[in-house]
Amino acid sequence: MEIHDLEEVLRGHPFFEGLEPQLARLVRGCARLQRFDPGQRLFREGEPAEHFYVLRRGRVALELSVPGHETLVFQTVDAGEIVGIAALVPPYRSLYDARAVARTVVIAIEARCIRDKCETDPRLGYELMKRLVPVLFQRLRATRLQLLDVYGAPGD
Amino acid sequence: MFMAPPATDIAPRDPLLPRIVRLRGKRREIRGVWSLEVVAEEGEPLDFAPGQFSMLTAFGVGEVPVSVSGRTRDGIGLVYTIRAVGAVTAALCGLRTGAPLGLRGPFGAGWPLEEAAAREVTVIAGGLGLAPLRPAIEAVLAAGGRLVLLYGARGPSEILYPADLARWQSARRAQVEVTVDHAGPEWHGHVGVVTRLVPRARFDPDTALALVCGPEIMMRFAVSSLREAGLSDARIFLSMERNMKCAVGFCGHCQFGPHFVCRDGPVLGYDRLAPLLRIEEL
Ligand SMILES: Cc1cc2nc3c(=O)[nH]c(=O)nc-3n(C[C@H](O)[C@H](O)[C@H](O)COP(=O)(O)OP(=O)(O)OC[C@H]3O[C@@H](n4cnc5c(N)ncnc54)[C@H](O)[C@@H]3O)c2cc1C
Ligand code: FES
Repeated sequence: MEIHDLEEVLRGHPFFEGLEPQLARLVRGCARLQRFDPGQRLFREGEPAEHFYVLRRGRVALELSVPGHETLVFQTVDAGEIVGIAALVPPYRSLYDARAVARTVVIAIEARCIRDKCETDPRLGYELMKRLVPVLFQRLRATRLQLLDVYGAPGD
Repeated sequence: MFMAPPATDIAPRDPLLPRIVRLRGKRREIRGVWSLEVVAEEGEPLDFAPGQFSMLTAFGVGEVPVSVSGRTRDGIGLVYTIRAVGAVTAALCGLRTGAPLGLRGPFGAGWPLEEAAAREVTVIAGGLGLAPLRPAIEAVLAAGGRLVLLYGARGPSEILYPADLARWQSARRAQVEVTVDHAGPEWHGHVGVVTRLVPRARFDPDTALALVCGPEIMMRFAVSSLREAGLSDARIFLSMERNMKCAVGFCGHCQFGPHFVCRDGPVLGYDRLAPLLRIEEL
């Protein structure tokens, strides 16, 4: 894919929707397209988080392995969403495993590269923050509902 | 042991006196949840409107409100889907085929389907909340309306009515998304709470109606997501649960603010519920 196309792809993704071309070009400089087959890992818990991913197609399961228990999938992320936010927040380590459950196409954004650009151009940093905060807010709210375990029958 | 009152003593149209009906069949849906097929002893059809509930009596144990979850295949009886949580619901789920039970109703205001049939309907159901919505879903599809169904369950083994979900999924004018709160690695569907599906739902907030049923806290989160998606309060309808006794607006047991849930509900527009349910801080 041409580098120019990748910029279009970025701007066409809901997460980067409306990003001004100049800033999209900066992001594009840190980005590449990547494909994952079903079962392939994007990253594993505890590893240095080097990329954050913008999903174009497919589905990724976020899971925790608990010794002595079956692996627990606690969330899936679909096309139009993002995964790997730990790559933007110190100490930059993945907090869970991410595994493709379908053929998945992502824009992988190299975290150190984008962090450096955010430091140099705070406009990009602010744009990224404005897009990240609602995602974090939604996920916090969803986690709150999930923790309430509202469907549990009495005595469960 | 049940003590059925003799049928001759009953005035069947008195809303406070149960008529005797018979359990024609039952099936286990998921762990602790059974669907009961109930028919009138005399064989005349039992009627209802989607969203209405009946008062069911397990003789010698007690009476509880239960939503109608469908008609029997031959159209003459009603189906109830019940989770055994206490004495009465456990007794109902434990009834043997052929046993008598008491029935009052159906009661209450159901889903606003006259409005809905002409438009698109977004249904958000959580857990057993799919039961009172099943007849509404069937009615919307039968009337050629557009359906978006977002359904959340606790885990893959607790998904209610999988055969119906598959059938609805293949309907031409339907978008059906199912999610579970947690799953093992063999599950390839959505994982996450049902409200996370709202941004994926394809509906026009200016014309769609939303019908919501599930645990009350889930409904509050669902309303919050629907409002964010642009739906006005007047387009959102919830099915409320409150303790009931008379079911006909006499006793006040089910009072919720100015509303009697048995008579004014169980389905109420969110524009009427908003002052009573706190949503803002979710
Ligand atoms: C309009 C309406 C429609 C309803 N439709 C259905 C239906 O379609 N299917 C169905 O299974 N139930 C339905 N219910 C709930 C049902 O009426 C109650 O579960 C029942 O009254 C419990 O009675 P019980 O004697 O078995 O248990 P109780 O002894 O009264 O309660 C036993 C335990 O269950 C808890 N409990 C009571 N009610 C509920 C509840 N609603 N959800 C979770 N825990 C509860 C109690 O807090 C207690 O811990 C409906 C209620 C209303 C008001
Ligand atoms: S249950 Fe008696 S008024 Fe509603």
